[in-house]
Amino acid sequence: MNEQQTPATEGCSSSRRNFLTGAIATVAGVAVAPGISLISLAQARPADEAVSKDTRWGMLIDTSKCADGCTDCVTACAKENGWGIGSTDEQHSADTQRAQWIRKVDLRDKHTGYTHTLPMLCQHCENPPCVDVCPTGASFRRADGIVLVDKHICIGCRYCMMACPYKARSFVHEVLEDQKPYAPRGKGTVESCTFCVHRTDAGRTPACVEACAVGDHHAMLFGDLNDPRSELSQRLSKEASTQVRADLGLNVGVRYQGI
Amino acid sequence: MKNVAYLEIEGRSPGYYALLGLFALMIAIGLAAAFYMETHGHYVTGMNNQIVWGTPHVFAVFLIVAASGALNVASIGSVFGKSLYKPLGRLSGLLAIALLVGGLAVLVLDLGHPDRLIVAMTYYNFKSIFAWNIYLYIGFLGVVAVYLWMMMERRMNIYYTKAGLIAFVWRLLLTTGTGSIFGFIVAREPYDTALYAPMFIIMSFSFGLAIFILVLMAAYKGSHRELGNVMLYRLKNLLGVFIAAVLYFVLVYHLTKLYGTEHHASERFLLLDGGIYTQLFWIVQVLIGGLLPLAMLYHPHMGKSRAWIAVSAVLVIIGGLAQMYVIIIGGQAFPLEMFPGQEVTSSFFDGVVGQYAPSLPEVLLGLSGIGIALGVVTFAIKVLRFLPVSLADADVDPHAEKAAH
Repeated sequence: MNEQQTPATEGCSSSRRNFLTGAIATVAGVAVAPGISLISLAQARPADEAVSKDTRWGMLIDTSKCADGCTDCVTACAKENGWGIGSTDEQHSADTQRAQWIRKVDLRDKHTGYTHTLPMLCQHCENPPCVDVCPTGASFRRADGIVLVDKHICIGCRYCMMACPYKARSFVHEVLEDQKPYAPRGKGTVESCTFCVHRTDAGRTPACVEACAVGDHHAMLFGDLNDPRSELSQRLSKEASTQVRADLGLNVGVRYQGI
Repeated sequence: MKNVAYLEIEGRSPGYYALLGLFALMIAIGLAAAFYMETHGHYVTGMNNQIVWGTPHVFAVFLIVAASGALNVASIGSVFGKSLYKPLGRLSGLLAIALLVGGLAVLVLDLGHPDRLIVAMTYYNFKSIFAWNIYLYIGFLGVVAVYLWMMMERRMNIYYTKAGLIAFVWRLLLTTGTGSIFGFIVAREPYDTALYAPMFIIMSFSFGLAIFILVLMAAYKGSHRELGNVMLYRLKNLLGVFIAAVLYFVLVYHLTKLYGTEHHASERFLLLDGGIYTQLFWIVQVLIGGLLPLAMLYHPHMGKSRAWIAVSAVLVIIGGLAQMYVIIIGGQAFPLEMFPGQEVTSSFFDGVVGQYAPSLPEVLLGLSGIGIALGVVTFAIKVLRFLPVSLADADVDPHAEKAAH
C-alpha cells in the first residue's frame, strides 16, 4: 500500500502509521516466514486442492539411530493426537485396552543375542489389508498414501484389527471427552497413526519425526516417496532398507534400516 | 411314502409357556447386556486390542455356521431325493432361519457401533469378505423363506426341488464365506488357509444336525407326537459321519501347518502349550465333542438309546463351541510374527500371548442368540404347520419298520 495514496486518518500521525505498518509487517513476516520455508520444503499443496497420487508420503526409520529406552516419538504422538499421556481419557480401560498409535518394540535375535529397538506404527501400505476387509469402506487410503479411518462410518467391527499384520490399530473401549479437534477419536471406533495428516497437509512433518529430530536422534525421516529429489527418495535409492513382512507384498510406506 | 400331514403344536401347556418364557428371559438379559456394553464401551468386556473378537463372536459364528447346517436335512430330501427326509424339510428350513437370526443378532450387538447398522447396510466395500457375507446372510434368509413357501404352499410344490437346489447352493456359498472370514486373513498364522472354507462347511453339517436332532426330539416329546426309530437312527448315523469328517478336516489342517517349520511355533501353541486353548482343543473339542459322541452313536447299545443319542448331540454342540473358541480366540491369542527369529517386547504386548477372559455380559449376549433361535422355533411351530403329525416308523418308511427293531 502506498503511503501517499492513503487518506490521512484523524488523530493518527504519519509517524505512528509508519510504525504500525512496520510492526505489522514484521510480526507477519516472523509468523509466516518459517511456514513458507516449511511449505516449500514439504511442497505442501493449497488447502483447496485435493490430495493427488503424485505424492506418496513415506518414512524411513534407521534403527541404528533409535536410542534404547527413548520414547520421544511415542510421547510426541500421544500429545499431538490426544491419546495415552496426551489425554485424560481411557481411565476405565485396562492396559491391554488402551489405544497406542505408535509404540517402541525391542528386538533380540534369538540366536545371536543382538538387541535393537524401533518404533512401530501404521505402515501405510499401498495395498492395506485393513482397507480390503473393511465392510463399510471406513478404512481407506488417500491418494497420497495415507491410510485413515473415517470415524463416521466405522461400525466398530474390528475386522481391520484382525487383518492388520502390524498390530497397528486400536479400538476405543470407552467414552472419550478429551480429544483434539484435528484428531477425531470416539468410543466404538478403530484408530491408528494418521501420519499426522493435519500437519502433513499443512506442510509440516509428523510429530514423531519432529520429536526424534529435536532429541538429536534423527532416526526418522519423512518425505515424498514419489519425488525423486526428496531426501527420503535419495536415501532410499542409495541405502539398503527393508519392509516389515515384505513377504505379504503390501508395499509399505514405512521402511526400516538395520533390522 | 404316504402323504405327510403337518399340524401346529397345541402349545397351551404350562411347559410350553415356561419354555417360551425362558427364551424370552434369555433374550431380555442379552439385550440388557448389549445395552450395558454399548453405553459403557467395550472396556467392560474381556476383549482388548490383542483379542478383538471375543465370546459373542464364538456364539455368533457358531450359530451362523449351524444355521446353514440345519438346512442340510431339507437339502437331503429335496436335492438328493431321499424321501425319508422330506417330512423334516419344513423344520429344517425354519431352524436354519432361526439360528441365523440368532447369530446375526449377537454379531450386530457386539459391534462398537450397533447404532450404525444402517451404515453397514448402506455403505459397501465390495472387496470386503465381510460385506459379501452381509449379502450372503440376507440372501440366505430370503432364499430359505421362499424355499419354505414352496414346501408349505401346495400350489407352489412344483417349484420345491428347484428352490431346494438354490437354497443348497446358497448355503454352501454362505458357509464358504463364513470360513473365509478367517481363511482370508493372511497376517495371522493360525488362519490364512483355504481349508477353512470346506472345514466350516463340514462343521456346519455336524453342528446343524446336532441341533436339529435335539430340537426334533424335544418337539416330538413335548407335543406327544411319535418320532420313530427309523428316522432317528438315520439322523444319528449321519451325525456320526459328520463328526468323523470334522475330525478329519481338523487333522488335515494341523498336519498341513505342522509340515513346514515356519508354523511350528503356532502349532506348538495350539497343540501343546497354549494353556486353555490346548485344553479346550484336546479335551473338549476332540475328546468330548468328537471321539466320545462318535463312539456313543456307533455303540451297539448306546447308539440305540434315545437318551445317549441326545447326550451325543449335546456333546457335539459343546465341542463345536469349544472349536469356535479355539479358532477365533486361540487364533488371535498367538502373537503376530512380524520379526522372524527375534524375541520382541513392547508396551503394546507384542510377542506375548494375548490375554482374554470372557466377561459376564459377553456370555449373556452370546446365550441370548441361542434364546432367539430357539424362541423363534418354539413360537413358529405353534402358529404354522412345520411339524408332521407323526414320524412313526410306519408313517415314514413302512418297509424299514421291521429292520429298525
